[in-house]
Amino acid sequence: MATAAEQWVLVEMVQALYEEKEELIEEWQPEPLVPPVSGDHPALNYNVVSGPPSHNIVVNGKKCVNFASFNFLGLLDDPRVKAAALVSLRKYGVGTCGPRGFYGTFDVHLDLEDRLAKFMQTEEAIIYSYGFATIASAIPAYSKRGDIVFVDRAACFAIQKGLQASRSDIQLFKHNDMADLERLLKEQEIEDQKNPRKARVTRRFIVVEGLYMNTGTICPLPELVKLKYKYKARIFLEESLSFGVLGEHGRGVTEHFGISIDDIDLISANMENSLASIGGFCCGRSFVIDHQRLSGQGYCFSASLPPLLAAAAIEALNIMEENPGIFSVLREKCKRIHKALQGISGLKVVGESFSPAFHLQLQESTGSREDDVKLLQEIVNHCMDRSIALTQARYLEKEEKCLPPPSIRVVVTVEQTDEELERAARTIKEVAQAVLL
Amino acid sequence: MRPGPGGCCYRRPVRANGCVANGEVRNGYVRSTAAAAAAAAAAAGQVHHVTQNGGLYKKPFNEAFEETPMLVAVLTYVGYGVLTLFGYLRDFLRHWRIEKCHHATERKEQQDFVSLYQDFENFYTRNLYMRIRDNWNRPICSVPGARVDIMERQSHDYNWSFKYTGNIIKGVINMGSYNYLGFARNTGSCQEAAAKVLEEYGVGVCSTRQEIGNLDKHEELEKLVASFLGVEAAMAYGMGFATNSMNIPALVGKGCLILSDELNHASLVLGARLSGATIRIFKHNNMQSLEKLLKDAIVYGQPRTRRPWKKILILVEGIYSMEGSIVRLPEVIALKKKYKAYLYLDEAHSIGALGPTGRGVVDYFGLDPEDVDVMMGTFTKSFGASGGYIGGKKELIDYLRTHSHSAVYATSLSPPVVEQIVTSMKCIMGQDGTTLGKECIQQLAENTRYFRRRLKEMGFIIYGNEDSPVVPLMLYMPAKIGAFGREMLKRNIGVVVVGFPATPIIESRARFCLSAAHTKEILDTALKEIDEVGDLLQLKYSRHRLVPLLDRPFDETTYEETED
Repeated sequence: MATAAEQWVLVEMVQALYEEKEELIEEWQPEPLVPPVSGDHPALNYNVVSGPPSHNIVVNGKKCVNFASFNFLGLLDDPRVKAAALVSLRKYGVGTCGPRGFYGTFDVHLDLEDRLAKFMQTEEAIIYSYGFATIASAIPAYSKRGDIVFVDRAACFAIQKGLQASRSDIQLFKHNDMADLERLLKEQEIEDQKNPRKARVTRRFIVVEGLYMNTGTICPLPELVKLKYKYKARIFLEESLSFGVLGEHGRGVTEHFGISIDDIDLISANMENSLASIGGFCCGRSFVIDHQRLSGQGYCFSASLPPLLAAAAIEALNIMEENPGIFSVLREKCKRIHKALQGISGLKVVGESFSPAFHLQLQESTGSREDDVKLLQEIVNHCMDRSIALTQARYLEKEEKCLPPPSIRVVVTVEQTDEELERAARTIKEVAQAVLL
Repeated sequence: MRPGPGGCCYRRPVRANGCVANGEVRNGYVRSTAAAAAAAAAAAGQVHHVTQNGGLYKKPFNEAFEETPMLVAVLTYVGYGVLTLFGYLRDFLRHWRIEKCHHATERKEQQDFVSLYQDFENFYTRNLYMRIRDNWNRPICSVPGARVDIMERQSHDYNWSFKYTGNIIKGVINMGSYNYLGFARNTGSCQEAAAKVLEEYGVGVCSTRQEIGNLDKHEELEKLVASFLGVEAAMAYGMGFATNSMNIPALVGKGCLILSDELNHASLVLGARLSGATIRIFKHNNMQSLEKLLKDAIVYGQPRTRRPWKKILILVEGIYSMEGSIVRLPEVIALKKKYKAYLYLDEAHSIGALGPTGRGVVDYFGLDPEDVDVMMGTFTKSFGASGGYIGGKKELIDYLRTHSHSAVYATSLSPPVVEQIVTSMKCIMGQDGTTLGKECIQQLAENTRYFRRRLKEMGFIIYGNEDSPVVPLMLYMPAKIGAFGREMLKRNIGVVVVGFPATPIIESRARFCLSAAHTKEILDTALKEIDEVGDLLQLKYSRHRLVPLLDRPFDETTYEETED
């Protein structure tokens, strides 16, 4: 039994500790919740578009021809699409008021999933209410801690977030470099032989994009399929830019190369580019897709797509199926402007000739990214003054794994006439000469 | 050693709001020691509601979670045990091809790949979920208002596949959709306005906010949201889930601490994980647990280096949708001010549904919106649209405009959806010249009180706060989950039942979402049927012995640190 003196000392110690803690609590100063943003931050003041962002767009009060929205097939102000969406609005209202599991599944959603599966000639499709969330929820549903994912360096941000959420082991390979990918796969094979038990439960995935958003180049899909069967890795293909663009019927890069769609385990695309709606979808075999209905986070825990957007997407699919000629028209226009923009002093064209969204980068960087961005912004501003609406490609500089160099994004749509394409190329040439020299 | 005012040699405990307490402090409430003994004795057979605490709460905060009856808990475990055994038996039969295997299989060419799914991962799905799968994903074909039309489907192979018979079950009372203020309508001023905007603007946007997707409609919406919430500025996003998962990483990073409630939504958990900050979990709505975590965080600093934390962010929700509980906002704000932490309030369910003017949980408690650092919410539930928003000080919104993942990489909101939000928000605020908004808010509050009171009187165990329009009714046993859902549909009422893994394994429940569109007749019909089904399935477990919150056992908070 402690004596009175000892008890007194203990109480004193506790009291002193208590006071010390109170002092520490008072002294601690947190950082401000957000660091201050300077008033001339390039991304702070957005361009304000008055009215619809269609072919003739009004940006900051100026009337321009739209070379910046991903409206590849011109379906944004198509009267049929609007009419279908209107019918749906009058029947269902706007919101769905619930996730898919709790009375948020409408017959329109089931219809759209059916149509997408038929169009892409796969067994099943699943739709998400947000394009970004599609691939960012699909990857973590299959790839978990301990699995290995081989991903291209130029993969878009949504893929990077999906990979981060999955907590898998990520191996980056050089952009479109199949030799580098094969090297990584071989190294992994050697690792597997050292530890066969672990290898038997480690899943491998290769994540690539059909047409890369950041570079406008196409992935070498035939070689990838060969590597898939040789090294037993599954392929996830992100087709946001190539859906509705490549291939005879617009089915994307698999049709472009003539590869059987069953060879690709999962195709994911967003409906915000060619289909001019909102949301995204994944398609593939039922064995693969059905799993996302219970483990895709963006699917289970989020309200479903508003029915008017789904109806608009269905009508857009109808239009795509009825005139398969527009895809080759679009590719023609892309080739035309690609050729016209060659040879501008100071700017180089980055991207395939048939890619509808490509980049114009500075041939020689000034040395600092900030200055490059300012220079390109000047070009964009001058083009806007001359009624050509362009935009810089925006990135989060601190968050991207492999930050692409600053560039101007040029988007081609079927609505642009040949004359407008010529004018745009001329304007960009003149402005670039004026600004860069 | 400083003697206290009474001459005793101990420091008197200090309350969360800074006043010195005279007795023991628990859960932020003060009880003098004499009263504590008396209360403990009387607690056994009494309903004990929490009362005001020296001015922090302006009206009684009545929240109660009745304890699971022992017999029911045992029977539930037995039920799950039997199901698991049968599950193993069926898996065995399927493996040896004695029973037909219905689910899809891997391609022949890829049979030698590492299998995509682990067998035991899907054990629950194959053997338990499949049996009662018809209670979820019910397709509807009308507006999700107070009554809804459900497409009938049949299964001839025990729920492995469904066929649509072509019949439509009309006029099912909808107790499952998040339609709190009744704005899910296909007629009326909101729909007219949305139709006009659809004609003019089209449906898609095809670009991100920072590129060329920022329409004048978006700017209008953000100003309106800011004035609705009473904050300086606001920003709107295309998806409520993505609002959390893309903006929390923009606010905190490595070296910061996130204190998150036990029962936070998946989007908050994902956002916290993606940010790279250290996450510590405090017990659900338990202020003492939160205070202990805050104290320890500041005093001891980061785990290995002992450096001080850069910032501390507390993540809470307004209404927790599985429990029906409301966050103790006055205490959280008092704690946050004392320990200089930041508060992120997710009002997905509470915006529009709580408060005399529908401004959410801040309005409900009569607090100042400036005290909450980040006010987040969604437009899906009370505004009948889709999307999310964040509101706060101008510096915060400026920072998010430049650094939010959604502004840079994700498409902006669709124009007719924006118009729906604008019109419904103006209606709630009363700016459209009618009193429709006020009436809806009052109707919802009345419906909530009436419904909860009647259910409690019938003898069901209902969780959550008296004022929350989310009403969880406990079912417990796995068989009753399926039975309840199906019986209610037979009687033309559509309910939502939830089990594991959205809830703890023995606490499966049916969750009712009340709406201002429900008239008293609809509620009475529903209550009558619930009564019948409750008798049929023996769901009336309540013995009216609510666990008084003051006596809820508080054990040492052990925090699991998740570091990525």
